[in-house]
Amino acid sequence: MSDLNLHRNLQDPDGFYANLMAVHDGLSKAESDALNARLILILANHIGEEAVLARALVEAADLSHQPG
Amino acid sequence: MTKIFETPLYPYARHPDQDAATPPRHKVVILGAGPVGLAAAIDLAQRGVPVVVLDENDRVSSGSRAICFAKRTLEILDRLGCGDVAVDKGVTWNKGRVFFDERDIFQFNLLPEEGHHRPAFINLQQYYLEQFLVERVQALAAEGKPIEIRGRNRVEAIGRHSDHVRLEIETPEGPYELQAEWLIACDGANSPTRRMMGLDFVGRVFEDNFLIADVVMKADFPTERWFWFDPPFNRGQSALLHRQPDNVWRIDLQLGWDIDRQAEKQPDRVIPRLKAMLGEDVEFELEWVSIYTFQCRRMAKFRHGRVIFAGDAAHQVSPFGARGANSGIQDTDNLCWKLALVLEGGASERLLDSYDWERVYGADENIMNSTRATEFITPKSEISRVFRNAVLDLAARHDFARPLVNSGRLSIPCIYDDGPLNTDDDADLPMRARSGAPLPDAPLGDDWLLGALGSGFTLLAIDTPCPETLRMAGLDVTVLRLCAQDNPDLAARYLGDHPSAIYLVRPDHHVAARWTRFDAAAVEGALQRSIAMPQGGQNV
Repeated sequence: MSDLNLHRNLQDPDGFYANLMAVHDGLSKAESDALNARLILILANHIGEEAVLARALVEAADLSHQPG
Repeated sequence: MTKIFETPLYPYARHPDQDAATPPRHKVVILGAGPVGLAAAIDLAQRGVPVVVLDENDRVSSGSRAICFAKRTLEILDRLGCGDVAVDKGVTWNKGRVFFDERDIFQFNLLPEEGHHRPAFINLQQYYLEQFLVERVQALAAEGKPIEIRGRNRVEAIGRHSDHVRLEIETPEGPYELQAEWLIACDGANSPTRRMMGLDFVGRVFEDNFLIADVVMKADFPTERWFWFDPPFNRGQSALLHRQPDNVWRIDLQLGWDIDRQAEKQPDRVIPRLKAMLGEDVEFELEWVSIYTFQCRRMAKFRHGRVIFAGDAAHQVSPFGARGANSGIQDTDNLCWKLALVLEGGASERLLDSYDWERVYGADENIMNSTRATEFITPKSEISRVFRNAVLDLAARHDFARPLVNSGRLSIPCIYDDGPLNTDDDADLPMRARSGAPLPDAPLGDDWLLGALGSGFTLLAIDTPCPETLRMAGLDVTVLRLCAQDNPDLAARYLGDHPSAIYLVRPDHHVAARWTRFDAAAVEGALQRSIAMPQGGQNV
């Protein structure tokens, strides 16, 4: 599988989001940024496939839709 | 034109109880004639339980308040004789649209499943629902059912005793006393009963204010739920637009915490806000304006001896998800058959403890969902705002991010998994109709399954033999024998891959137990358990 999956894939989106917010609870902005960086590296390692990661980087970096 | 909420519907009238030498004793007294109290009164009266409703007011509430009534509530209203009138008046909607900043980022369709009598949601001003319920109370009273509402009767003090509750009541003509074998407190979020009894009500306060406006306008907005995150007309905040009957539109604008609440309610503040949202050229009239704050909290337990709490008096949620009035009506649906059975001697008081277990469970689920929505809508930290905006940004482009967008998870009934009244569950039958779940509707010819059930317990026998009549655990069980051939909805929801099934259904239409074939001893055991009777024994 070398395609980036951009379809729904989370079993419990609300539960995941609540857990994500919970790990940031009480952290400073710098601590949260560091946590996010670690999280990205952990998930990237889990994914492993270079093509998928390259595609994800492009999607995340697409500035054309972000609010100013 | 006089609005319905300006008309006294149950004006004060002197009652012979006020001239009694000793305080008269009633079976059940309900405090509060809102949707929850009225639903409880109708349910009990239909079961033959005499009931008196006391309310300090004499008319329905002003303003739209709870506007969104879910399918489960409509099914309960069907049993209370108010389903058709509510659905006929209400606005049925399925579509929603989400905006972020200046962009329309995506649309959704709740795509209601076919083969149900009632739609997923209707919008209806709370005052209309209350009016329909009051009219139903009056119709039942005219038929001779033991039900009455006493307007402008305010409870001033409550005395708790082992077998009754004593009430001191204030009226325009002075005080009097009543006794109630059971008291149901449906007196709202600021419940005077809860306060008089000194009971806790703990949870989280959200530091935010919302302006709600009911606006009368002839607008060509579609019948959709529109939700804005951080729109240009309400920077950094959220907004909601929803259609109600009579060309009344409901607008909720988040204002933030540090505001002058009195000033924000004045038309000279409200009208410019609405014009910025709706457009300068749209003509509208303000029907009602209010500012609300909210909390997510509940009482530690809902039953305190002979006093039982229901609705907002027992639990409060944020408004995102329409889980307030909908869950309150589910409380009464859970409680009333149990209380009626206890009063007629068919079950012991232990059955009422299951009300506490099941509705506390329901309240926790509602609090969890509405808290999550609140945190998404009003991020509490910089990092949560970063994630929230990232989700919205991705949702405009990618389907995967849309389930993460949370502008309220709309009310669905909870499943009492591991509930104290559940027994045998055959896990090979479809998950959605497992023990503890509310019964999914299905078509039965020109009629509907839920409308064919009895007012007590029902045994559904689908394509399998079973006795024609059933009396067990001291109860008459309605037997409904069905054929799932040529009924794919019934087969999918109740059989799955099995050729047959037996479902034991509670009076509130939750599944008590189910099997693939009839076994008298198993059914009797499950029935005993579902009325909290010791297994194989008698009530003590």
